[in-house]
Amino acid sequence: MLEVRVLFFARSRELAGTNETTVSLEDGSSTKTLLLLLFQQYPQLEELRGNFVFSLNHEYLGTDEEQQLKAGDEVAVIPPISGG
Amino acid sequence: MSAEDELTRLRAQNAQLQRELDRLRGSGALQQSAPDAANGAAATATPSWDGLQHGLNKEQIARYSRQIVLHSFGVQAQAKLCRGSVLIVGAGGLGSPAALYLAAAGVGRLGIVDKDSVELSNIHRQIIHREADVGVHKAVSAAQSCRALNSSIQVEVHCEGFTPANAVQLVRQYDVVVDASDNAPTRYLISDACCAVGRPLVSGAAIGTDGQLTVYCHGADGPCYRCLFPEAPAAGNCARCVDAGVLGVVPGVIGTLQALEAVKLLSGIGEPMSRRLLVIDCAAGRFHSVKLRAKSASCVSCGTSPAITAASLPSYDYAAFTGQAAANDAAPKPLQLIAREDRITPAELQQRWVAGPCCTARHWQGCVRGRASVLRYLYKLAAECPSSLPAPARLPGCRIASQPDCVVLDVRPAEQFNICHLPGALHAPFKHFDRHLDQVKGRLAAAAAAAGPATSGSSQDDPPPLYVVCRRGNDSQRAVARLRELGIRHGVDVVGGMEGWAAEVDPSFPTY
Repeated sequence: MLEVRVLFFARSRELAGTNETTVSLEDGSSTKTLLLLLFQQYPQLEELRGNFVFSLNHEYLGTDEEQQLKAGDEVAVIPPISGG
Repeated sequence: MSAEDELTRLRAQNAQLQRELDRLRGSGALQQSAPDAANGAAATATPSWDGLQHGLNKEQIARYSRQIVLHSFGVQAQAKLCRGSVLIVGAGGLGSPAALYLAAAGVGRLGIVDKDSVELSNIHRQIIHREADVGVHKAVSAAQSCRALNSSIQVEVHCEGFTPANAVQLVRQYDVVVDASDNAPTRYLISDACCAVGRPLVSGAAIGTDGQLTVYCHGADGPCYRCLFPEAPAAGNCARCVDAGVLGVVPGVIGTLQALEAVKLLSGIGEPMSRRLLVIDCAAGRFHSVKLRAKSASCVSCGTSPAITAASLPSYDYAAFTGQAAANDAAPKPLQLIAREDRITPAELQQRWVAGPCCTARHWQGCVRGRASVLRYLYKLAAECPSSLPAPARLPGCRIASQPDCVVLDVRPAEQFNICHLPGALHAPFKHFDRHLDQVKGRLAAAAAAAGPATSGSSQDDPPPLYVVCRRGNDSQRAVARLRELGIRHGVDVVGGMEGWAAEVDPSFPTY
């Protein structure tokens, strides 16, 4: 098993009800699996689908892209905000 | 020739003269003279100093000396600032610190765009405006503050707002654009205009305790807003300050960072936040930076064959693309979602609730004389025990302690309910409405019991009145409709909600 840290910002934090969580995945899991799991675990995130920046270790990653995860990785869910 | 064309022509002429001046100075053909000393001392005919072509005068050198002597900034960077121009779209929470810092830093020409007037509820974060400015146009008020801070810079006011019709022409007049707007359609519009004209865009956003900052459309490969967010967010995800709230300091932090980025872009110092997105969670004290990709070749705005150009932009429908209108800090439109006969006005509520045959007020009227004093008493009580039922027994001199025989259901979020509500109102936030169904039923039963069999016969046939209120009268209609689906069919909503109550019945009721 490997553990990754997930950070939720702005609206995703409100929807998830937390600003951070840790997810355990099978060794060799990818970011796609992680996203699938996140949407299962937090179905309320569905309203953000297609409209958030996803990052892996502080680097942008398309939600349709796949990258293998390793223990200690940190991903972030960043929906846009428009207030001012 | 229109005034605007004339202005554009003069600016071009001015720029050309400036270049010519720079060229002559560079060639040594023109002796550098210390420009007119603004402190009133007559400039000597043959100045005793040479500024190595930076063009700053004695007063400017004194004013900006603390950043001029900064090793990583210096006199040339300051000279670029003084020759530079910035367009600030929005004189609100972000635009306030951005404009003030840019004015203070000596940016030669600032353009301020807004279309709204200052309201009291703006000032906790829009610190460029003063109490005395309430009602004044924001662009005008902001320009006044900038000029008061630095009379040596030029401040231009654009009161008509930022629209597809004027976007390209406005952006073209400035070196750098600051997006200090408050809504998604305007954000896409500003980004498109910057792509079309080729201007770097300092983008900031803030809501609640969250902020974001990046620089778009910078250099050859910097992405634009559409590269990052090709799909517009669902309208529900675009929280507005008026509904969701915003901690005043948060746009202050982001707006200040925007000023910093604009200074870096104009002066050429440091590394602009292009291809980097800063995300801040002020509640957690977390600053998170994400490295972004280069611009997308398929981007409709800045890609290899953009569909949105300076020519096509004015006819692009931003409201349709984002599904929301640009006016974002204004009250939502009042809707008519349920039948008119299922709605009552605030005045009708007052009649039925205070003077009518129901509710605790009937008892209180015996204790306190006059309607206004009844209301005052009720508010005081509500403030003292906000979460409880009204407890008439606690009123001095009142011996009647009974349940109310009608129910006022308030469906606003807790933050708003806690500001002020009608005494005895049952709180059932619309967001989690169904969770409160049992409480609603319980209160209706209590009210029926309070009314007693003598007043209404069987409570099944003639249930106690149920009045549903919210802030402005939209969610309350949704709640009435939901109650019907859940089997409670006799609820009515109050048109205009608590704002209507304040306007029609009781001016002392706080609005926010």
